[in-house]
Amino acid sequence: MSHDTTKQASGGLDVAVLVSVGRHPLTARARRADHDARAVELALGLEAARVRLIHAGRNDPDSEAALRDYLGMGFASLTRIDQPAGADVLPALLEALREAAPQLLFTGSRAETGEGSGLLPYLLGEALGWPVVTGIAAVESVEGGTATLLQALPRGQRRRLRVRLPALISVDEAGPAPRQSAYGPARRGTLSAETRPAETDDALAGWTLEPARARPKRLKIVKASSARERFKAAAAKAEGGGGQVLTDVTPEQGAEAIFTLLKEEGVLRH
Amino acid sequence: MLDILLPILIFSALALAAIGAVRRIRLWRQGRPSPVPVLRGLAAVPRRYLVDLHHVVARDKVMSNTHVATAGGFVAAMALAIVVHGLGLAEGVLGWLLLAASATMFAGSLFVARRRRDPPARLSKGPWMRLPKSLMAFSLGIFAVTLPAVGVLPADAGGWLVAVLLAAVVAWGLAELVFGMTWGGPMKHAFAGALHLAFHRRPTRFSVKRGGEGRSTGLKALDLDDADAPLGVEKPADFTWNQLLGFDACVQCGRCEAVCPAFAAGQPLNPKKLVQDMVVGMVGGSDARYAGSPYPGKPVGEHAGDPHGPIVAREGTALVDAETLWSCTTCRACVEECPMMIEHVDAIVDMRRFLTLERGETPNKGAEVLDNLIATDNPGGFDPGSRLHWAADLDLPLIADRGEAEVLLWLGDGVFDMRNQRTLRSLVKVLRAARVDFAVLGNEERDSGDVARRLGDEATFQRLARRNIATLSQYRFDRIVTCDPHSFHVLKNEYGALGGDYEVFHHSTYLHTLIEAGALSITPTALGRVTYHDPCYLGRYNGEYAAPRAVLEALGVELVEMARSGYRSRCCGGGGGAPITDVPGKQRIPDMRMNDVRETGAELVAVGCPQCTAMLEGVVAEDRAEIKDIAELVAAALGDDATPAPAASDTRRTTEEVMG
Repeated sequence: MSHDTTKQASGGLDVAVLVSVGRHPLTARARRADHDARAVELALGLEAARVRLIHAGRNDPDSEAALRDYLGMGFASLTRIDQPAGADVLPALLEALREAAPQLLFTGSRAETGEGSGLLPYLLGEALGWPVVTGIAAVESVEGGTATLLQALPRGQRRRLRVRLPALISVDEAGPAPRQSAYGPARRGTLSAETRPAETDDALAGWTLEPARARPKRLKIVKASSARERFKAAAAKAEGGGGQVLTDVTPEQGAEAIFTLLKEEGVLRH
Repeated sequence: MLDILLPILIFSALALAAIGAVRRIRLWRQGRPSPVPVLRGLAAVPRRYLVDLHHVVARDKVMSNTHVATAGGFVAAMALAIVVHGLGLAEGVLGWLLLAASATMFAGSLFVARRRRDPPARLSKGPWMRLPKSLMAFSLGIFAVTLPAVGVLPADAGGWLVAVLLAAVVAWGLAELVFGMTWGGPMKHAFAGALHLAFHRRPTRFSVKRGGEGRSTGLKALDLDDADAPLGVEKPADFTWNQLLGFDACVQCGRCEAVCPAFAAGQPLNPKKLVQDMVVGMVGGSDARYAGSPYPGKPVGEHAGDPHGPIVAREGTALVDAETLWSCTTCRACVEECPMMIEHVDAIVDMRRFLTLERGETPNKGAEVLDNLIATDNPGGFDPGSRLHWAADLDLPLIADRGEAEVLLWLGDGVFDMRNQRTLRSLVKVLRAARVDFAVLGNEERDSGDVARRLGDEATFQRLARRNIATLSQYRFDRIVTCDPHSFHVLKNEYGALGGDYEVFHHSTYLHTLIEAGALSITPTALGRVTYHDPCYLGRYNGEYAAPRAVLEALGVELVEMARSGYRSRCCGGGGGAPITDVPGKQRIPDMRMNDVRETGAELVAVGCPQCTAMLEGVVAEDRAEIKDIAELVAAALGDDATPAPAASDTRRTTEEVMG
């Protein structure tokens, strides 16, 4: 695993990776976001690809340190689209992506700061009219305008997908472990600032934000008399046995069914 | 005829040596600048040679005497030969002195020859095997040609054939011993070694007449503020010139190889080969002509390099493989043994710095540990707010609440380790029993930066160190006490360059002063046979061998020493991030150390380091000796009435009363 600077193959694949400022779960220190870093690693693994990094967001010392973590993975520069606090980065990103016109766009599946709704890849895909594929663990090949991807499914299963370019690929913890960020390249790399019109996120401005509370975990009661049974229980597929599929029902009937289920499960108490 | 030939031979040898010297110096000067006091350095050579170097060489008495006779005889003989034969001044006593000098040298060379008859594995063979013959050629040749000069034999004794033969023998001796010194070959060590002593990168490691420690073990800081300063060593020319000079001084005696724990464990490291590889890199070429033990598992002849080429290749092979550099435990056994005062550990860390800071290639768990240190200030990635959870019942005084204390107890990252928590509880119990006024930093404490620095991440080390220094500067305390020799070394010897100067004690030293002062009432208990394992960072790095033993003696134990103890103590395998980079070998270093323990028949091994405790306790063996920290042994000897918690409330109440 070497840290060659930006892959400079002429006539190769144009790849962009959207990177955001992450946040350490214990100490809340700014860092490269884990999913985004995995997306960068996936992009760096492509043969003969020109990989560029794009970030849109607020510019402050913390975010600079975090963005430099991505440069430390072996990049000479990163495009930073400066946006004021509370701005919706979607329009600015769209404009930048239309100009850059990459053939493959990688993102993490969910940001570690801000809303973290995980919607950005879908909104971008919708606006660009590109297919969005999620949870990609590997890019097997890119040939003749089609990419062959491996999508991660629960319990280590993989699904091979073929997708036409341009496409948007989102990466979660199934992506490859990101390489170490090296201090030297991180310090030397440049953050080239781009100014694009900012749009205030009006919806966000109207919301009240409060820290999330840890959700209670459902206890799994295992009645096992042997080691084999305990192992089977631990490795068992998490599946709800008693589900039902409702088709061709009215919204009222659907709501009624959901309401009944929630009462049965004890989520609603009356 | 000889009186014509000899001056020609002597002066052409000297001229060739001078040309060689210029060439050699130019090889060294490929390195980065490093200012040295030239005249003061040269003036210090005799003392550094006769005192410091001899101190190391004299550990092997026979070799030491051999070297004194051979080298002393040669220097005297050569000087006199220039006068007697070169300038033709054989009058009076000079010729007789020359005979005596060459005879002494010949006697020495007989011992060199004896040693070369069946040389131990650590010695290099190759050109070194001809050295005794060359020494004899020189000494016998000079002796023979001096006989006519003092009038023992007639000037034309033996005729021209004998004269030509003698001249040829003298020429051979001069070739090896005079211009061989500067053109390469075994005698290179004399020339490079003398200058290495003069221009050593760590002048403070040498003793001085006025006394003082004569120790310099802290790693040198990188200048991170200068964006153009290189981050570590990528190619041989990135070493400072006096480091290159140091490598060139190597005599290939292999003492480093004999003590290297990684080499013994079959990991791909041999300090001697590493130094020789650096010489190969400095000159340019391949290691095919190296005639000593290879890196275990790596045949000689597959690696090559040049002064401006990479030492570690990104792909394939260059001069050295990365795993060789990551095998080192930074135990300094090689540096301690080296009669040429070469600094192997500095070089290894320099090269690691490049791999980590520029290439991001810290192997195995290295990257994860460094990320944790950056994000959570501890290598395990634990919540930095939970540093005192282990002491929830101890009611430890926080220095933040009091602003000052006599002793600042530095807990180290062992707070997250359940085994080390037992040591810490014992230490707290002892401190309370001795009514020491101490406090802890609690959650304000960060990792000392030791592991980061030795993994080559100088940036993270300096960040942690500067933050710790900033924290420490807010409080008043007389001294820092810690049970972790790694924190101890870093706080004591490596924070100074960043502006943090403290009086730091290892807990064994501090407990010794408490016992000396009569602050502890110790009831000696029967512990059976006990041996003591010297932690590298306490012993070789800081010269503390006596205090832990004195504490054990005060406990009334029957101390048995391992074959390798004191300055020759064998590493536990836990230093330098070695457990993190985890380079595979044939056996484990801690297993070898526990074998050393078994050989003493000890039932208990006393330790003074959380790393050593973890490494040695990780050894699985039948009848393995118990592993106890010195603090635990002292705490046990205090009896049951001094449990940490009740004593805690007592002490606290009194301090509050005093302060209130």
